[in-house]
Order: sequence, then structure tokens, then C-alpha cells
Amino acid sequence: MPTQKTLAVTGNVLVAEAMRQCAPDMMAAYPITPQTTIVEEFAKFVANGRVHTEYVTVESEHSAMSACVGASAAGARVMTATSSQGLAYMWEELYIAAGMRLPIVMANANRALSAPINIHCDHSDIMGARDAGWILLFAETAQEAYDNTLMAVRIAEHPDVLLPAMTCLDGFITTHSIDRAQVMDDESVTAFVGDYRPTYSLLETDTPVSHGSFAGLGGPYFEFKKSQRMAIERARGVIKEVGEEFSKLSGRPFGMVEGFGMEDAEVAIVVIGSTAGNSRHVARQLRAKGVKTGVVKVRCFRPFPYAELAEMLKGVRAVAVLDRSESFGAEGGPLFLETRSALYDLHERIPVVDYIYGLGGADVKTEFIERVFTDLTDIATGAAAPSGLVYLGAR
Amino acid sequence: MSWDIKKIDEWKSDEFPRGAIIPEAGNSRDYVTGGWRSERPYRDDKKCTQCLFCWIYCPDSAVKVADEKVYDFNFDHCKGCGVCASVCPSDAITMVPEGCELPEVNK
Repeated sequence: MPTQKTLAVTGNVLVAEAMRQCAPDMMAAYPITPQTTIVEEFAKFVANGRVHTEYVTVESEHSAMSACVGASAAGARVMTATSSQGLAYMWEELYIAAGMRLPIVMANANRALSAPINIHCDHSDIMGARDAGWILLFAETAQEAYDNTLMAVRIAEHPDVLLPAMTCLDGFITTHSIDRAQVMDDESVTAFVGDYRPTYSLLETDTPVSHGSFAGLGGPYFEFKKSQRMAIERARGVIKEVGEEFSKLSGRPFGMVEGFGMEDAEVAIVVIGSTAGNSRHVARQLRAKGVKTGVVKVRCFRPFPYAELAEMLKGVRAVAVLDRSESFGAEGGPLFLETRSALYDLHERIPVVDYIYGLGGADVKTEFIERVFTDLTDIATGAAAPSGLVYLGAR
Repeated sequence: MSWDIKKIDEWKSDEFPRGAIIPEAGNSRDYVTGGWRSERPYRDDKKCTQCLFCWIYCPDSAVKVADEKVYDFNFDHCKGCGVCASVCPSDAITMVPEGCELPEVNK
């Protein structure tokens, strides 16, 4: 069993620490708030000789991910981090990394997108990239950000998967707040993540290969996209396997969805990221008053755990989805659309309400969560569900 | 690695190398691109001084040379870009419309 140290640290420091322990061969990064301290801490590790990583300082995120794509095709274990506009600026390369099946691991400090300019937490940046073909893991706490980073390496590099993976943590709330967390010893992490043995490396001169070929003009582009779908479907099993192994090793749970009170919940909130904590806090208080509340935290958004979520919500009388990003003009936010789709195949018809909350770091007060549970209880006892989505706490 | 792509048009999604990788070196010679051509180079052997500029410049390595002498073009790969005609210092190469009878053009 690993030796674990308990520390009081920020999420970003822990992500940098996890990255150091995974010993990437290469990192190309560009600083952006609130991701900066991840790459800053990592640069210190490089400068102090604590990790032997080729650290490439680039002039933009577009170049950062381009350099990562090149290094990964060359056979390197590659990691980086970004946020918000930086992630948006990587847009092209996100798809390229996934299409080329390169197991790059990136941390994203979830932050709002302009305009208006805002540096605080929401999930607009990452939800914009949800169809890029990356595996997306979300952290509620600094601890989960650390754990997800280690697991992401194993999942991405698994021979049945070979897809890039992103480990997302809420900007400032999780990246910058000091949190209590456990860190494993280096040897245990090294043993857990293992060596990356690339196949089809550009640097294998005895077996030369070409990366980035053309598949248009009636070529097999369509077939390649299908093979990408097959890979991310295979990732479901791998994520569970790696999660179980990591849970045994660390003593901390991991599920693609994690439930609180779901054994007997009548009303439930589905949520991603740090607000899961606020939701559980309120759910616990209401439980003490006899309200059968539950909270489902979605920890893996791609591949989306439809079956697991439906199984967990089965029998609940009303569901609220908390979305920290918009999908303007859609029926609700991204998590709402996935959740309602997951519930469609159930025989019972569960009313689902979408609450958009916390955009641009807008405060998430406990009374907001209470209001959501009150709405749900009303719906469960026969009141009509609000028509359309609700902007929780917006004037 | 030798890679047999004869039945590539029948391959299923899981039969292609991962991520559109080409796991074999130099196999572009198996991919016939001559059909892209709308004009073909015609070389006048009388004017040609065998300077080999066309051979150096051809982006598709489609100028055939033996014993340091140009003797033909590889029309499986010549895309008709006209670089050879453009760099020829003795105007020995002319681009002629594809499908044209060469003797007519040379009259």
C-alpha cells in the first residue's frame, strides 16, 4: 500500500504535483488565469531538476497544443494545462489530438468565456469542447483533481483507448482554495501509472510511419470517425477498471457517477464539479428534517455514463439538473440534455428541471440549492414543473 | 513494415491503423495520382540538353532518369503541375492538354 501524506494545498498545486509524479516527457504550456499556478509550479519542478520533462514555452495555446500533438506523435508522454480562452484557442488541435488518437493529458481550470470578460468559474469553456473527442473527467475537490490526473494518464494511454483526456477542476473554487488532500508517494504513483510504451512512434526510425494523413476525396474519413467512437465506447470499461484499481490503492472512491442519499431519495440534484459539495450540504440538512433528498455527481462527462445515471435516478420522483454553462437556444444546458436523454429509456417518466447557475463565478448560495429542493418536492407532490429553464439566482 | 492496402476500399473501421497512421515508409508510390492531371508534359528530345532541372524540381519524382539521362515521365504520378516545363532552360518541355494527340500539337 502507498504511503500517503496529508497536505493543505490548492487544487492547482496538487495537479502540478500529480503531473510531476507522472513524469511526462514533454509539456508545452501557456499561462492563463486560473490555470497559471499549475504550469508555474511544474516549471519550478523542471528548473529544480525534480522532473526531467522537456518544458516548451510557447507563445499561445494554439501552439501549446500543436507542440503537444507533435511530441505525442513522436512517442512522448505529454501533459499540459489551460483554461477558458486558452482552451477555446486550442479548438482546432483538440480535435486533431483526438483524431490522431494521441493520449495527451490536460488539466482545465474551468472558467467563463468572454464576452463580457470574466475570469471566474463556470463550465462554458469545457462544455464547448465536449464533442472534441476527449475523455472528460471532472473534479469536485482538490483531492479529486489530483486523483483524476493520475487516472487520466492510465485511461488515455490504455491500448484499448488511446485518446486524449482532460481533467477539469473549477476555476478559483478548486484551483485556488486551500483544501485538505492526500498525496501518494512517488514510487506508488510510478507503479500505478506505469511506463508509456507508444506504438507507431515517429522517432522509431527502424519502423518509419506517417502521422496526420489525408482521408478525404472519398477516403475513409467516415470510417476513422467510427473507430474513434468505438475507442471512446471501450473507454467506459477502462475508466471503471482503472477507477477500481485506484480506489483500492488510494482508499478513495471513484465512480463515473457518485451518489449521495440515492438509496431512498425522492428528489435529486444532478451536478458537476465543486457545487456537488454545496448540494450535499443542503441535502444533508433537509434529510435531517425528513426530506428524502439525493445528489448525483457526474465525475466523467465523456464518455457520458447514461446507464449508470439512469440506474441511480430510477425511482426518484423529480430531478433537478444544475448546469454551470449555457447552450443558448437549446432546451437546457449540456448536463440537462444528457440527463434527460439518459432517463428517456426508463419506463417511468421522471420530471427533470434545468437550473442554470453560477455563470462567470456568480455565487452559489445554499438558499439557491434549498429552493431547488423545494421546487422538486413541490413537483413530486403534484405541482407543475417550471416550464423552461430557470436561471438560479439571476436578477 | 509492409502494409498491404489492395483491399483498403473494403476495410472496416477497426481494420485501419489507429488515427490514420500510415505504418509503412515510401508507399505513396502505390497511390496512383496521375488521374488528377489535366495537362501533361511533352519533352522534345532534340531540344533537351539533359541538365536534369526537371528531375530535380519535380515534386512527385515523376521524371524518369536512367544513366543520368531523362527518358520519360511517370504518368502514374505526374499531376501535370508544369514545374518541369517552367524550369526547363531550353524550352524542351511543353504542357499539352490531356487527351490531345501529341503529333497534332507538335506540328
